[in-house]
Amino acid sequence: MLLRELIKLALNTLAANKPRAFLTMLGISIGVAAVIALMSIGAGVQDYIAQQFSSAGANLIGVVPGRIQRGPGGGAFGAQAPLTMADYRAVAANTPNVIDTSVDFARPAVFAYGNKTSEVNVTGVMANFSAIRNWNARLGRVIDETDIGGRSRVVALGQTVVNDLFEPGEDPLDKIVRINNVPFRVIGVMESKGSSILGDQDAAAFIPLSTAQERLFGQQSQSLTGERIVSTIYAQAANKDVTPAVMASIESLLRERRRIPADEPSDFSVLSQDELINTFGAVTGVLTVFLGAIAAISLLVGGIGIMNIMLVSVTERTREIGLRKAIGARSSAILTQFLTEAVFLSLTGGLIGIGIGLGAAFLVSQFADFRPVVQAGTIALAVGFSLAVGLFFGIYPARRASQLNPIDALRFE
Amino acid sequence: MVALNQEIDHVSNVIGPRLNGQLPAGDANAAPVIEAHGIAKIYRIGDIEVRALDGVDVTIHRGELTAIMGPSGSGKSTLMNILGCLDQPTRGAYKLDGVDVEKLNDDQLAAIRNKKIGFVFQSFNLLRRTSAIDNVEQPLIYAGVKPRERRERAKAALEAVGLGNRLKHHANELSGGQQQRVAIARALVTKPAIILADEPTGNLDSKSGAEIMCLFQRLNEDTGMTVIFVTHDPRIAQHTRRVIRIADGKIIGDDAITDQIIACPDKALPESILEKLEHAPA
Ligand SMILES: Nc1ncnc2c1ncn2[C@@H]1O[C@H](COP(=O)(O)OP(=O)(O)OP(=O)(O)O)[C@@H](O)[C@H]1O
Ligand SMILES: [Mg+2]
Repeated sequence: MLLRELIKLALNTLAANKPRAFLTMLGISIGVAAVIALMSIGAGVQDYIAQQFSSAGANLIGVVPGRIQRGPGGGAFGAQAPLTMADYRAVAANTPNVIDTSVDFARPAVFAYGNKTSEVNVTGVMANFSAIRNWNARLGRVIDETDIGGRSRVVALGQTVVNDLFEPGEDPLDKIVRINNVPFRVIGVMESKGSSILGDQDAAAFIPLSTAQERLFGQQSQSLTGERIVSTIYAQAANKDVTPAVMASIESLLRERRRIPADEPSDFSVLSQDELINTFGAVTGVLTVFLGAIAAISLLVGGIGIMNIMLVSVTERTREIGLRKAIGARSSAILTQFLTEAVFLSLTGGLIGIGIGLGAAFLVSQFADFRPVVQAGTIALAVGFSLAVGLFFGIYPARRASQLNPIDALRFE
Repeated sequence: MVALNQEIDHVSNVIGPRLNGQLPAGDANAAPVIEAHGIAKIYRIGDIEVRALDGVDVTIHRGELTAIMGPSGSGKSTLMNILGCLDQPTRGAYKLDGVDVEKLNDDQLAAIRNKKIGFVFQSFNLLRRTSAIDNVEQPLIYAGVKPRERRERAKAALEAVGLGNRLKHHANELSGGQQQRVAIARALVTKPAIILADEPTGNLDSKSGAEIMCLFQRLNEDTGMTVIFVTHDPRIAQHTRRVIRIADGKIIGDDAITDQIIACPDKALPESILEKLEHAPA
């Protein structure tokens, strides 16, 4: 007969009980908003970190001296017997399934231009650095073979160094900056990679490897045995599938060269991009679980709010149901009315919650480096839960009351 | 009497005298509206058995105005609830307007309550924060009456109870007597076969009580509606022609009243209102 009438009736009842309707909706909105905002932030952080690492270059393997403890609170341990150019040449010559290899040598240095200075790591690189690290110049060019062959005093600056040394709008190209008091000509400015949990990636500068080892750091770049020291050896695996095998083969090759007994751990670390992601993934996983827990608590609090309001009004509503039955309402009509009320409150509250949640996520993205990732699943979860709570606590008392004798419902206290 | 009549002037508009100090006795030849035989209602609380009703026979004809009296706990409300199909007897047969009630399922009972019965409670039981006219419209919603007709009939019912100027007032903005009149309007708006009222004047002062009696007499006289109510007050009971006395769940007396009080002898319901009240769909 009167589905439309019953819906109208439900809305009228809500309008007649605005505080109750408002508080119920508020509970649902808060729950939904909290879940969406927190889960989106968690997912955003995770994505951001993954992106930071994948921007390093595809299937990249890095070898660094020292033993890196994996997982949260990790770091380099053990005697830091340095890696050398000989190690690099051995890796480059003897590792199968590798497309390209590279090596660099990085040391802190003081940069000066005019009366301005900047202290960052300067890295001596090979000509294939740009390809292997997937990092190009924004202005000018990067180090090339000619620079390496000529041991030229040229430098490609990271954005942070440019900001430190030059006035805004000043063109750094072809200016002479002093690195540890040695004059270098600026040939390029690197693309900005922004900051990550690894620190400010733009606080960097690149010069030819030969220049770094032989001119700038001379003594410092030699080991006790007179070998040239390197900081990181890079190898780019042919594809994702062979990466573990390549890593294993590099590891055994270096262990052999460095004569490490079988029962001792390596004094160097072979890292893959995936592994780096996993290492930090463990951190962000904790973060996501943490945010998820907060979100779950918010949902629970919202749910309890809804429950309270619904239960507090049970007496009043039970009497109302008794009266409605007395004047001729069928149980189904009563259930329809209450269902409509609950659906309306839950859906409206849910939609408002989505709005607030997305707004909060957007707000966060304005102040943080990462973009919150809103997943459809999150929204579905939040709205689904609120709907379930709203419907259950809206309908359960109604259902019970509608099965009462009208007289018992009217007498309900 | 005269003073009382003046006090309740506003209950209904004046059309002209219709009563000559006498109420109709109901049509004894017509089929009874209520035929109940051997009605028993037994509550069990632990080992104790309470016989709220213990074999009650009642027959009430169309157009009767009847009072039910008896001491507290004698089973009056229990009987009214059963007669109003709000509750089912433990034993006994009950025919309402020719329909065997005990054979009906829940939905059919709801329909019977909607169409044939108008119930008036001692505590009014209006919807809070809801206007008088919306309250009166409620039964018509469940009867499937279209909004427009609903409005009109609810308005007519409120006019009939003298509240034509209080349509938009919420229950909490009305006096007790006015709230009870809204409840009566709600009961009569569906044009039921009977109006059942359980102590309708119990929460009211004597003036408001007299107004309610005036209304019941008017409805009974002008529309031929059957009205049954419970009261503790012999003076209120004296507004009827028949008083059923009940004690310990049994009927102990069924008396004709010879010296009725006529609450408002010269106040008939206006034809315009009667017309609308008659407009109930078949
Ligand atoms: N739900 C119930 N459970 C148990 N006993 C009940 C129940 N309802 C009524 N009774 C008992 O049935 C008897 C009759 O009750 P009822 O309410 O019909 O009395 P009454 O005549 O209306 O009294 P009053 O004048 O005080 O309203 C009482 O003894 C009461 O205790
Ligand atoms: Mg009673």
